[in-house]
Amino acid sequence: MSAATATKAAVQPPAVDGARRGVARAVAGVALALGVGGLLLLVLGADPLAFYVQVFDRGLFTWSGLQDVVVRMAPLLLIASGLVVAFRAGLWNIGGDGQFLVAAALVAGVAPSLAGTMPRALYLVVLLVLAAAAGAVWALVPALLKARYALNEVVTSLMMAFVGINFANLLVKGPFRSAKTLVPQTDVVGLDWMLPRLFGSRVHAGFVLAVLCAALVGVVLRETSFGLRLRVLGESPRAAAHAGLATGRLVVAAFMLSGALIGLGAGVEVLGVWGYVRADWNPAFGLPLFALVFLSRLRVAALVPLVAFYAVLSMGGHYAARRAGLPDDVVLMLVGVVLVTLTIAGVSFRGGVRS
Amino acid sequence: MNGGGASLSVPVLTALVAGAVIAGIPLLLAALGEMVSERAGVLNIGLEGMMLTGAFTGFAATLHWGSPWAGFAAAAAAGLAFGAVMALLCVGLNLDQVVVGIALLVLAQGATSVLHRAEYGASYPRLDAVPGLEIPLIAKVPVIGAALFSQPLVVYLAIALAAAVGWLLRATSLGLELKAAGEEPEALDAAGVSVVATRVFGVLVAGTCAGLGGGFLSIVAAGVFVPFMTNGTGFIAIVIAMLSRGRPLWVVILALGFGIALSLATALQLVGVSVPIDLLNALPFVAVLVALFLFGRGKALPGALGRPFVRGART
Repeated sequence: MSAATATKAAVQPPAVDGARRGVARAVAGVALALGVGGLLLLVLGADPLAFYVQVFDRGLFTWSGLQDVVVRMAPLLLIASGLVVAFRAGLWNIGGDGQFLVAAALVAGVAPSLAGTMPRALYLVVLLVLAAAAGAVWALVPALLKARYALNEVVTSLMMAFVGINFANLLVKGPFRSAKTLVPQTDVVGLDWMLPRLFGSRVHAGFVLAVLCAALVGVVLRETSFGLRLRVLGESPRAAAHAGLATGRLVVAAFMLSGALIGLGAGVEVLGVWGYVRADWNPAFGLPLFALVFLSRLRVAALVPLVAFYAVLSMGGHYAARRAGLPDDVVLMLVGVVLVTLTIAGVSFRGGVRS
Repeated sequence: MNGGGASLSVPVLTALVAGAVIAGIPLLLAALGEMVSERAGVLNIGLEGMMLTGAFTGFAATLHWGSPWAGFAAAAAAGLAFGAVMALLCVGLNLDQVVVGIALLVLAQGATSVLHRAEYGASYPRLDAVPGLEIPLIAKVPVIGAALFSQPLVVYLAIALAAAVGWLLRATSLGLELKAAGEEPEALDAAGVSVVATRVFGVLVAGTCAGLGGGFLSIVAAGVFVPFMTNGTGFIAIVIAMLSRGRPLWVVILALGFGIALSLATALQLVGVSVPIDLLNALPFVAVLVALFLFGRGKALPGALGRPFVRGART
């Protein structure tokens, strides 16, 4: 095992060196972010040191907070994996929030009527497949417009995101609306019909699924011919066409796989944490994750710690903000600072937009 | 859905057209700026963040000095400052435009929301309505007169700005240089013109215009600042800029068109037609998709859009 690792390291010194440099840059970026963020916190009248201590104390060193972070990582990892697939193919799937919400609304709307009609394992599989399918179908529109008519997917996927956010609301306020509540939302699924929880903690099986999917995406992209074809397409669509690749079909496949993983993220969040979806619910995971995936240079090994850090910052940050009497959106501000400084620290890779 | 005759009444049409102008001007201003920036090869995904910053600053300045003009000046200055940061990161340091844009957008969303909560969270102040400027004679024409020619002065200035940008792009050497910076930066560099300076100019114009658009949103359209109030208009503006490709007349047409889609909800409520609000909210975005499908096929964006310029680098 160690011999194999050693050989691999010897064969690929640049990768290891690159990884080390990546870590150094990430650390520098985070340190810079904490500095700038600290100044902003000072301006807002909070004690930055106490704030940060609470963020990490809550996010990492209390059992309850740590569970929150791990639970939050489940959808984040799945969405991030979905974005990695699209970006590898050079496709800018900015519409993740729409794919996520449509899948979430469908799962939350269908789950209550399916619960109790079949064994739980089958029920969970059916719903998670439904979530993935919903995400994939929502991603199909920009995919086809890109493959057939060369329409820029930045625009089309974004428009589909806004349509999806409203469509999810229509579903929740219309056909899936619960008769039992005043506020429009879906019926609540009983705990027995949610994803099983692990070892008596709040962490649900969706986290395991997310880790497996992320690992699988990493392996597929690196080791399989499908992964290679996506990469060629992403590096140079013209080269891909010259090499005789079916670029149109690859675009559709990558986009749908991306949407499916994001939809799965929604299914896991609904069936693992909430058990229902409220109207106008939109966690808006998309934008920050979009930037984080870029910063990871599309490597799953770099993405997991970045996502974990983001989860700690947001879960711990909300707690710290409440304690400091600051509005919740302080966390959003800090996330923005982190993204800027990480980009400055050079963790990102450079690319261009192709029409 | 009955009462078809009443649905075309004068007050309803007036409200629809006037609402379309009010909803369209922020789009118009932001899209004008984005168009200049995209021409120069910088895709500004964070446009919405610049609008939010302008909206907040403009609101705060109007409230403080009691004059919407002070508000617009502050909104433009805030947008310009935001643009300077973006220019430093994307043009100066050649960082990835999409990541920087998203990062700055998230930062602006958080910062304006926090500042709003801290400054106005207890009182929720409102601004006085900005008075309209009636253009003699034509302001008396039914529907169009009340809707188009009794608007605040800023509305006319925004449309004049569109004409000015059109002149800048078409008739000046700066306009040509902007286009070259977006299409063939190497050629511009070879001609002895600084690609960096040209692109910085484009980003600064985008920031200023987006700041003004955001200011219009809070000062004229809403009279208040609400966190996240741009609600996707920045992204629609990016799409309008992409569809217009350097022709300000199209920016005006598309911005007012989407203004109609955005103000349809209010107009339909006046008529008493009950359509789910979410359906109406989705309309502008469906309209963009349809417009793209019909008119945007096979239309190319600037060749070097989103690509940092590094002198001597292989392309």
